[in-house]
Amino acid sequence: MKIIVCIKQVPDSEAKVVAADGKASWGDAPLVINPFDEYAVEGALQQKEAQGGEVIALCLGPETAKEALKHALAMGSDSAILVSDPALGAVDSQGAAKLLAAAIPKIGGVEMVVFGRQTLDDGTGLTIAQTARVLGWPLLSFAGAIKVDGGKATVERVFEEGKQTISASLPAVVSVVQSIGEPRYPSFMGIRKASKAVIPQWSLADLGVTAPTPVVTRAALDNPPSRDVTCEIITGETPAQIAEALAEKILAEKVL
Amino acid sequence: MDFSLSTEHEMTQKMVRDFAQKEIAPVIKEYDRKQEPVPTSLKRMGELGILGLCFPVRYGGQGMDYVSLGLACEELEAVDTHLRVAMSVHTGLCSMTLFQWGTEEQKEKFLTELASGKKLGCGAFTEPGCGSDVSAVQTSAKRDGDFYILNGEKMWISLASKADYAMVVARTNPDAKKPSAGLSSFLVDLHSEGVKTGDLHGKLGVRAGSTGWISFSDVKVPVANRIGEEGEGFKITMAGFDHGRYTVASGATGLIRASRDVSVKYALERRTFGKMIGEHQLVQQKIAQMMQDYEIARMLYLKVGWLKNMGERSTLATSYAKKFATEASFNAANEAIQIHGAYGFSDEYDAERYLRNSKGAVIYEGSSEIQTLIQAGYALGFREDKPLRCELPAYDEAFWNE
Repeated sequence: MKIIVCIKQVPDSEAKVVAADGKASWGDAPLVINPFDEYAVEGALQQKEAQGGEVIALCLGPETAKEALKHALAMGSDSAILVSDPALGAVDSQGAAKLLAAAIPKIGGVEMVVFGRQTLDDGTGLTIAQTARVLGWPLLSFAGAIKVDGGKATVERVFEEGKQTISASLPAVVSVVQSIGEPRYPSFMGIRKASKAVIPQWSLADLGVTAPTPVVTRAALDNPPSRDVTCEIITGETPAQIAEALAEKILAEKVL
Repeated sequence: MDFSLSTEHEMTQKMVRDFAQKEIAPVIKEYDRKQEPVPTSLKRMGELGILGLCFPVRYGGQGMDYVSLGLACEELEAVDTHLRVAMSVHTGLCSMTLFQWGTEEQKEKFLTELASGKKLGCGAFTEPGCGSDVSAVQTSAKRDGDFYILNGEKMWISLASKADYAMVVARTNPDAKKPSAGLSSFLVDLHSEGVKTGDLHGKLGVRAGSTGWISFSDVKVPVANRIGEEGEGFKITMAGFDHGRYTVASGATGLIRASRDVSVKYALERRTFGKMIGEHQLVQQKIAQMMQDYEIARMLYLKVGWLKNMGERSTLATSYAKKFATEASFNAANEAIQIHGAYGFSDEYDAERYLRNSKGAVIYEGSSEIQTLIQAGYALGFREDKPLRCELPAYDEAFWNE
């Protein structure tokens, strides 16, 4: 089975993101593979192990995003492709879906496309459904477990309210959640392979498409309002007195 | 001169960091308090290939270079010293010594098991009556046909009760003119009859690690398990210390980094006299010292890794790295406690564990005093690097990955 795993490069989860001049900035914090996408790679590799076949990591982003693809390779993906073009400006989720959906048929013979449930940066979680829509493939979202049998994929969807089992014929788009299993660490053999890998880069011309025009644009980006916090140390002779004083304060401030 | 790390190095660093941070950091306080080994550490390090990182694939290793070994040790000790200790004794003292001095047959038989993490190794040199003075070991090995009969006791041995094999130095010739010329090295199967092992408790630090003793009572060791020639034991042990000390130096560098990181975090949180303590110059001075020491320690150990990759002797460079990094890690942890004030005195924070863990490495694998003598010895011409019969193989990417 040929499986594509779509990944994105995002600022490290510990990066402090601030808004400046309408743009998000995270200083010199490292860029990493989107943590949710590590689960997607794990899910894809599990399917490869169960069914045989190959896993191809696909990423849309600047040239630096090759580092994120190398992580997917080191985890065990067989190959990687970067879609990148200087003509690409801001790409919204629909634009990203159109580009990914142009790359997937070019790879050819793909039976499953796996995504992480969302990205850590924009976090809309929309690209997955939009890609499925452009491809015209069924979407099996929030999968905590995937089983493929007889040209059909059955997934156990995991969400707050409970679980649901659904299935669809292949090819299909699947998004995975953490229940799929902890992402494996890159193996040293994988690291060596990834560090030497020459990752092909596909331009808009290679895909035969033009830069998509964003349908959603960001009108403003502001930092959260700073909170005015004052700190008061409550003192007393005994713990009981301190507790009483604290309880009175909490009631007076109408916290409870 | 190129100071940059390769993509391979950076990915190795991140992988080992992720393992230590995800799997060990959340439980380390609990086991350190209980003074019990973390049950999963060695198993996971074996499964993930960390224990056999720098050995050729043909011998069950992962095919990475010696710089990667140092980087891994830095990441491991940044979380807890017991992880790096496993690298020092299993990888450094035992497996690398075997890789340097073993015959092809010995490497195929023993190194393959050790590098793949299927078996664990340790180094057994110190005795109740001798540590730094290796030439004074009392453990005896008497030849009896195709065997040697070992008797004696080894003390302060990391992984004594966990290891399958120990690289042991013992006296084969009590009449040798120079005591050091009467020693030989053996890879002893610790499951042999007559071997007893046990754990030592009440240690100041590395409480989540395993430290113990080994006693040999008429233990039959096949001649095939002798590493090197008879009488080469002292040289082999010293060469092994070059490898062990490299892991100690790179690990201690990680401990400096850990002390710096917790200090910076706390200095930006805690307020006194109306401002963050990080704004007080005396706190800044301590943090600046940690920054500087980390950088120096890192450059020193990376140079050793590079020398090893080139196949050059690194005894002096290793001595600098080991002495500097272990002493600086002790100072950094001590100042980290000072920055944390009373909280630093509590095991609620990590700094006190860093201090307790740092002290051992200033003593073992050649105390700071021994390192000083080594360095002065080179300067004064009392010491020089003489060619060894067997050198540690230089890193050869093609051979390593065949």
